[in-house]
Amino acid sequence: MKQYLRGLRLGVPIGLGYLSVSFTFGIMAVSLGLSWWQAVLISMVTLTSAGQLAGVQVMVNPGQYLTMLISQLTINVRYSFMSISLSQRVSTSFKGIKRWLLGFFITDEIFAVAYQEKDVEPKLFLGIATTPWIGWTLGTLLGALIGNVLPPLVMGALCLAIYGMFLAIVIPPAKKSKPILIVVIISAILSCIFYYVPLFKEIPSGISISICAIVASIIGALLFPIESEVNKND
Amino acid sequence: MTDYFIYLLILAGSTYLIRAIPFALVKKNITNIYVKSFLSYIPYAVLVAMTVPSAFYATGSLASSVIGLFVGGVFAFRGKSLTVVAVISCATALLVDVILKFI
Repeated sequence: MKQYLRGLRLGVPIGLGYLSVSFTFGIMAVSLGLSWWQAVLISMVTLTSAGQLAGVQVMVNPGQYLTMLISQLTINVRYSFMSISLSQRVSTSFKGIKRWLLGFFITDEIFAVAYQEKDVEPKLFLGIATTPWIGWTLGTLLGALIGNVLPPLVMGALCLAIYGMFLAIVIPPAKKSKPILIVVIISAILSCIFYYVPLFKEIPSGISISICAIVASIIGALLFPIESEVNKND
Repeated sequence: MTDYFIYLLILAGSTYLIRAIPFALVKKNITNIYVKSFLSYIPYAVLVAMTVPSAFYATGSLASSVIGLFVGGVFAFRGKSLTVVAVISCATALLVDVILKFI
């Protein structure tokens, strides 16, 4: 219980951050035509920002199941890496069914906080994950319900929040590491080609995001293979 | 509606499995330097591909989106937190939109 409460305290800042970002997700999902409960259910069972944003954009069109799968796998492949890292840091009691259940909660921020600990107990990890999950769900609900009432100007501006969060994740490491800077520039250029060049425009955004990210990261890995911990800032 | 649940299953299922499978099954560290590098670049490349250029049109106006992102980007450059950067981006965009409306 002591471990759980300690985790709970560690997770509060993440929960507050999630509340504001998922508020925007709720607004966006409803503005794309989903109902409030559909948006909330997505957040409750998925718990991810970039993946959900790309996901609802794919959902707008019927029948693009393969696109959904490919885009989710690419966007979320980073979680595999975090899962592997975290699996080296957990206590000996953290195994079997506990890993299968609690693995659900590995997000960028929860991973980052848990990774600071030496021997992560299952209870500590669940404690860290509790407030973020509540914040993510509650924020989506509020955004989906209140979003409709807000003036269009305010709603439009709020759609920028999730991208603001992305900038805050990408810019600091890109500032420090030249390889990361080059990788993100390549990715941005490729993404613009997919967006503006006529023939490429036809490709669904879920697929094009995957292609941009994979190509840019392969180029990065070949040009700048790293032994040091570039991903420390995740 | 059927579409919604199939999409939800793919979205939530793939996100869950990609987290849980490595967590539950992998007991060794990845040592291949190229695979490690690729995996470490992926998160940043994904976020940028999602942001550029879609975010330029996020608010419905090119001017407010770009200015909002720029100001948010300056705060991100100075190492401000996710929440601060997100709020600043929105507030700036709203301000630009309000000004544009009354000019």
